[in-house]
Amino acid sequence: MDLLEYQGKQLFARHAVPVPSGSPATTVEEAVAAADEIGYPCVIKAQVQIGGRGKAGGIKVAKDRPEAEDHAKAILGMDIRGHTVHEVWVEAASDIAAEYYASIVFDRSAKRPLVMLSTQGGMDIEEVAERDPAAIARLHVDPLLGFQDFHARRLAFEAGVDADVVRPVGALLTRLYDAFAAEEAMLLEVNPLIVTSEREVMALDAKVTLDDSSLFRHPENAALRKTEAEDPQERMARERGLTYVKLDGNVGILGNGAGLVMSTLDVVAQAGGRPANFLDAGGGSKAEAITQAVEVILSNENVSAVLFNIFGGITRCDEVARGLIEAFRQIEPDVPFVVRLDGTNDKEGRALLAEADLPNVHTEATMLDAARRVVELAG
Amino acid sequence: MSILVGTDTRLCVSGITGREGTFHTLNNRNYGTKVVSGVTPGKGGQDVEGIPVFNTFHDAVAETGANTAMIFVPPRFAADSILEAEDAGIALVVAITEGIPAHDELRVYNHLARNPDVRLVGPNCPGILSPGKANVGIIPAAFFSEGNVGVVSRSGTLTYQIGNELAQRGFGNSTIVGIGGDPVPGSSFTDILALFQDDDETELIVMAGEIGGSAEEEAAEFIAGNVTKPVVAYIAGFTAPPGKTMGHAGAIVSGSAGTAAAKQEALEARGVRVGRTPTEVAEIAAEIAGSLAR
Repeated sequence: MDLLEYQGKQLFARHAVPVPSGSPATTVEEAVAAADEIGYPCVIKAQVQIGGRGKAGGIKVAKDRPEAEDHAKAILGMDIRGHTVHEVWVEAASDIAAEYYASIVFDRSAKRPLVMLSTQGGMDIEEVAERDPAAIARLHVDPLLGFQDFHARRLAFEAGVDADVVRPVGALLTRLYDAFAAEEAMLLEVNPLIVTSEREVMALDAKVTLDDSSLFRHPENAALRKTEAEDPQERMARERGLTYVKLDGNVGILGNGAGLVMSTLDVVAQAGGRPANFLDAGGGSKAEAITQAVEVILSNENVSAVLFNIFGGITRCDEVARGLIEAFRQIEPDVPFVVRLDGTNDKEGRALLAEADLPNVHTEATMLDAARRVVELAG
Repeated sequence: MSILVGTDTRLCVSGITGREGTFHTLNNRNYGTKVVSGVTPGKGGQDVEGIPVFNTFHDAVAETGANTAMIFVPPRFAADSILEAEDAGIALVVAITEGIPAHDELRVYNHLARNPDVRLVGPNCPGILSPGKANVGIIPAAFFSEGNVGVVSRSGTLTYQIGNELAQRGFGNSTIVGIGGDPVPGSSFTDILALFQDDDETELIVMAGEIGGSAEEEAAEFIAGNVTKPVVAYIAGFTAPPGKTMGHAGAIVSGSAGTAAAKQEALEARGVRVGRTPTEVAEIAAEIAGSLAR
């Protein structure tokens, strides 16, 4: 789960990572009140989960109240690359002397957290990595040992931070690691990490990705999910416990098992089609889950044909067939379905479908033939 | 031979008294796997259809000589159960549980790495099947027969799909290993490829990867330097958009890293043939097997 900038800053603050003071606001009135409270100049920042907010005009400095009002009006409701701004963060303007970069990444390949520090902050770090890899100091941490003071010193000296801020930058990294471990993050990124003209060090931005699988231990983080920013179909699927990702094509897809569903999308694409979604009905799906999955798939108006690709292991093909038959009874879909059932109880499943004789449901014996057929039917 | 599980396997199941745990334990026993015990804290002294249940792994190992553990407990208890199995001296831990927190997996991985006598397969995997010998996990064994193709995969159902296409062309399997779809698998492609390379029964290896991480790229490097047996690969997720988790916690393209195209390229650059569909994987395998026979 990705957090908004201000949610990330609030999470940082819980672990004593220094951040500028600020308030969130969802209306112009709230934003102006927050600006009055914080004092001028202040910065009004669009809260959306996408980069390039500044370039899109989503981050503005207000030197007085009328400016704060103008900016809040302009930014709230603005569209930034497909993301509508529902919320702004109003924070005290900072006097920047230097911009650094710090991050902690859950490094899957090394199976250790990777801490990175650079004095070239405020720009795209992937560009820095390409242009001047030596400009980024990197250090893997043994998660059983944790982040030690010497780790912080090594990174600070190696990155070449100004001598007078080695200690506070190191302290910030230590607290950032505390947050990473305690909140079970997959990514914490601070870009820029600033040094002010008073030589204070603080996180001016916050990019936080949390591990979805650990949210049961962090109800306060789980509550941060912004459902209004979520795609309606994805929300509907999540509420029903289905794994669904919306895509931009017209072939609705349902399968069992993440790998097989990914493979199904690829095979449909190779057959010249465009998948409308990824939907993993999961292992051992019961008829009811299948019926709900059909509802989710068809709630996307772009869908003009649906492919069921099932290879039953724990999943029983007769349960899938029952779910599909029930879905037809409840929703009466007006698009064609192509169904491929293989594996556990496949004969029973196919027999049930033949008996039900559903309108516009076509069965195919192989995954490839099913993909070709659905692409043809989707048009 | 076969690898990891076989006639020497003595299985102890953590979570044996749960609904799913009981169902799959009995399935495994019906297949012929020696299931010697189970662990459920507080239910020591009971039995599941004659399989004795213990309160701790230590008791189960001492009383029944278990050498393999299968983990079937819910995510919040799974890391603890894996660590307990290792502490009790179990040599192979197969973790089926999906949804274990990533930081738990990190801790477990780094702890187990200090013990050369233990191997973890999974979590979030379908288990390991050596046809005709032993089945540890949830792989539907009826679709597979004994043979010479080793299969290693990050996905369960995709393994069944590919295995079925191979079976239709007359191939059986030495062992099928599901390494799981999580960000921190206990065993990597590389680990399992090394075992297949050393296994007399395995003549051909099929690996099924997917988007996310760099395990396939690392496998490509390893194959080039260490594997003399033919390897056919498949990668799922060419159509996956960046930044979206595709069902498996580990299946995510982060920025430009972890794409299917990059993995295919890395494997092909090292001489590994990559099938574009599960069907094509089976076709390539058949072609290679044909040339081996000649």
